[in-house]
Amino acid sequence: MGGLLSDAHWGVLLILLPLFGGLCSFLWPGAVKFIGLATVSAVALSVVGLGDQLLTTGVYHHAVGGWGAPLGIDLYADGLSLFMLMVNALVGLGVSIYALDYFDQGEARRFWPLWLLLLGGLNALFLSADIFNLYVTLEIVGLAGVGLASLSRSGAALDGAMRYLMATLLGSLCYLLGVALLYHSAGTVDIPLLAERLESTPPVWAALGLICAGLALKTALFPLHFWLPKAHASASAPVSALLSALVVKASFYILLRLWLEIFSVRTEGVDDLLGALGMAAIIWGSLQALQQTRLKLMIAYSTVSQMGYLFLVFPLAAAGAFSAWSAVAYLILSHALAKSSMFLVAGNLMHFGGHDRIADLDRAVQRLPITVGAFALAGVSIMGLPPSGGFIGKWLLLNEALNQGRWDLVIVMMIGGVLAAAYIFKVLGFAFTQAPVTHEPKGVPAIMEWSALLLAVAAIVLGFLASPLMLILGIGETVQLMGAGQ
Amino acid sequence: MNWHTWIPLFVVVSSLLPGLIIFGLPEERVGLRTILNLTGAVIKLLLVSWMIWGVYQGDHFETRVALLPDLDLVLRAGPLALFFVALSTILWLVTTIYAIGYLEGSPNRSRFFGFFSLCVTATVGVALAGNLITFLLFYELLTLATYPLIVHRGTDTARRAGQTYLRYTIFGGALILLGTVWLYQLTGTLEFTPRGFLTHIDPQHYPALKIIFVLLIAGLGVKAALFPLHGWLPQAMVAPAPVSALLHAVAVVKAGAFGIVRVVYDVFGVEFSADLGVTTPLAWIAAFTIIYGSLRALFQDDLKRRLAFSTVSQVSYIALGVAIAGPIATIGGVVHLVHQGLMKITLFFCAGNLAETLGIHKVSEMNGVGRRMPWTMAAFTVGALGMIGAPPVAGFISKWYLGVGALEAGQDWVLLVLMGSSLLNCAYFLPILYSAWFKPTPKSWPEEHHFGRQETAWALLLPPLITALMALAAGLMTGLPFSPLEWAKIIAEREFYQP
Amino acid sequence: MNIPMIYALLGITLFSVGLYGLIVREHLLRKILALNIMGSGIFLVLVALGKRSVGDLPDPVPHAMVITGIVVAVSATALALTLMLKLVEVSGSAVLHDAPKERS
Repeated sequence: MGGLLSDAHWGVLLILLPLFGGLCSFLWPGAVKFIGLATVSAVALSVVGLGDQLLTTGVYHHAVGGWGAPLGIDLYADGLSLFMLMVNALVGLGVSIYALDYFDQGEARRFWPLWLLLLGGLNALFLSADIFNLYVTLEIVGLAGVGLASLSRSGAALDGAMRYLMATLLGSLCYLLGVALLYHSAGTVDIPLLAERLESTPPVWAALGLICAGLALKTALFPLHFWLPKAHASASAPVSALLSALVVKASFYILLRLWLEIFSVRTEGVDDLLGALGMAAIIWGSLQALQQTRLKLMIAYSTVSQMGYLFLVFPLAAAGAFSAWSAVAYLILSHALAKSSMFLVAGNLMHFGGHDRIADLDRAVQRLPITVGAFALAGVSIMGLPPSGGFIGKWLLLNEALNQGRWDLVIVMMIGGVLAAAYIFKVLGFAFTQAPVTHEPKGVPAIMEWSALLLAVAAIVLGFLASPLMLILGIGETVQLMGAGQ
Repeated sequence: MNWHTWIPLFVVVSSLLPGLIIFGLPEERVGLRTILNLTGAVIKLLLVSWMIWGVYQGDHFETRVALLPDLDLVLRAGPLALFFVALSTILWLVTTIYAIGYLEGSPNRSRFFGFFSLCVTATVGVALAGNLITFLLFYELLTLATYPLIVHRGTDTARRAGQTYLRYTIFGGALILLGTVWLYQLTGTLEFTPRGFLTHIDPQHYPALKIIFVLLIAGLGVKAALFPLHGWLPQAMVAPAPVSALLHAVAVVKAGAFGIVRVVYDVFGVEFSADLGVTTPLAWIAAFTIIYGSLRALFQDDLKRRLAFSTVSQVSYIALGVAIAGPIATIGGVVHLVHQGLMKITLFFCAGNLAETLGIHKVSEMNGVGRRMPWTMAAFTVGALGMIGAPPVAGFISKWYLGVGALEAGQDWVLLVLMGSSLLNCAYFLPILYSAWFKPTPKSWPEEHHFGRQETAWALLLPPLITALMALAAGLMTGLPFSPLEWAKIIAEREFYQP
Repeated sequence: MNIPMIYALLGITLFSVGLYGLIVREHLLRKILALNIMGSGIFLVLVALGKRSVGDLPDPVPHAMVITGIVVAVSATALALTLMLKLVEVSGSAVLHDAPKERS
């Protein structure tokens, strides 16, 4: 039994299960909720299985169909991949449970197949070992994401989805051209082989520029974030949660992976540019969030700002690899949990009061203590206050920035934290004001309240799990095992 | 498995757990809520007594869990920690009784008591923190837990006061975070150590250490209401009286003052701080705050605001005692942590009683109130005389040791500050006492409630009487083995004389 | 300059033309066409790269990539067109308006 479990191809299952589940839920629309939840649970179990396997035997390698690189497709998983798969599983479970009660049967029929397809795409992306396969999975993720964003069929949602589609296709095409140029220079798309063969030539610089620009567009790095607030704010709540928590992280993951494996020794000043844009994103996104009068837009701009923190890794990664990128991985996980919780909270409030105007929320929030509690806890992590996952990530990143004497990054991070507190407490302040009941609002199903709270609590609990999670991240310390960069 | 490694954690959990359960209780479960609150408080008190006894005999209590691969969360019960824990625990018990009486029949009590317990959890955590990062964790938790209490009434004034409070404290928290990370960068440890852990550091880092000191003290000064960072405190007076009592006597301001004590003694070390030249400016700021707070208090007609500015002034005695950097002044400053807590909580309880029973909020409405509520005003008188520093109330002891300590350290100017402050204390407390006891009673009170034969409800009357008695006892029975003064002497001895 | 190089440069030119169209044109149909032109440019580059091996046989890997890319492009175009039709149905216009005033 034990042998069977540890020998199972969890990585393959992680891709096939959601694709198969998506197909089934498309074929049997009557049972979508059951099929969907069962699939997501199975995926979560497979992540546990893969984690167990990785902890005992080290990195996971699988040549699909027995072909192997450079001709075939390789699956690969190390600590970072496993970590991202965990993010998928955790957020996916929380949002899936929420979605059970959020969608009516008609919407559920469209939601579940697309979401399972998205999950399959994301899992495949985190398991890919070559840059062309990354392109394909990136497109699956993007197209499924657009489909989800347009789910509610309202004018605003369609408008947001269209902008998102344009941005995501443009981003992918830039990335693909970059891939073509890299293939031209090295004759391979396999990441470890690329790391060995690439030299500093003009086509490689062009590829670096194209790939960075394309992925930055998809990750909504300032000033390429223009599409994000509309797309994320106009989608239905579980979709916003998935887009903000998981989808933007996928393109960032590719950038980080390529950076660590291939580009870190050939940065050509791009690292400082990305860092500067990240800093601008933190400040600009927070200021925009502060000015919003709508809750969902505020949360979406908060995402723009939080993505900025992730990009601070690039100026830091060159010198102190693991300590810098593990901090960012931690931020990714805690942001994913906290931000998905926030969007679910916004969904609850809209369900309850029929609007998300921040100034009028007092009519709703004092009657939904669990929902407000979820928002507050998620907010603690977003602000980076202890004890929370956000704090640990910020602490590690601050530490690394100070270590390298990067005071500019330190100061921007401090300002970002204070601004985040400002926009979060702007909402929470209304939770305590007494307002007369104007109309009898709709009740919110308990499942929707509790799933939001559980995600937020998870973001807090992360603050105490740094040691084991660092252990997971350290599996097969990416730089040495996969790449050959010095 | 050794009990000693878990008791500090249990002390923290003994208020956290009831708090979390209370959040989930429906509003009408008054009885269960009261039982939970009191059980938690009593268990905490027992555990703390056990630790005090143990530490007195030389035992070690330490809980340690890994937070990061190379950084632990540490809860440790040293003499200084226990000093503050004991204060918080006793006053929590008393304030809980008071709050149950005070809030009877008002809405959102589950929420109130939930956050109230969280507040105490954070305070106890601040006290027991064994390194700077644990301290920071609970310090921020305290910010978050007190905010809902300040805005509890839900009025627009309350919301604005809450925003002001956050503006100050979030900013302060950011400064501490920056100082902490930086310190960690330079030293690789954050463990509180008697006489500091910085003495072996390379002198080229001294300028950086000075900036870190300023960052930490400024961040802590926000909660300790050091001038010019005190602005939030008078505004926070919109909160219900038990909150004001708790915020001003125990939780928030004391956490700040306690943090200053920790940073000077256990991070930098007194002698090292003095060598760095950072204690003298701190002493000046503290002295200025003492005089400034008293002056502002003089002109407040609102009773709670007058008490708030008095707090601004009194809490700086602690910082002053620390900054004089001598053993005797240390005793004065540290012992004031407890003395001021006992006296100020008494005053706030009394102010709450006046407001609840007679609707009195202003000093000018207090004429003859001594005859209507003699017991409350007797407790108030003890508190006020203590603040002035009249023997035999506890405040006298603090001022005496501060004065003698200043002389011993050759800082004679401090005496002037102490005298000026005492005169100002007289100026803003004695008129209140005079009008309360000797002026004629008005025909009617602003908003009178009757509570049978007593002057007010039992739950409201007992707490101030208890704390007033404790303030008297702390002043009279200084020679007993567990008196605050004896305990402060142990702390000072550890800081100055042990190898 | 050899022939594959000319194809590759032509591909890059197509990519740039498409990018220009995507940014400048307002009508969604034109934007979708522009994206397709960009895609075709990249495919041309990839096909040209097939010549990189010295022998008689072209390198098959870029060709496999082009086939995959075409599949992706077709589905993306289909999705984009459907989305555009829906948008026209709901809003009556095939142009994305910037910052529409929110109705209270």
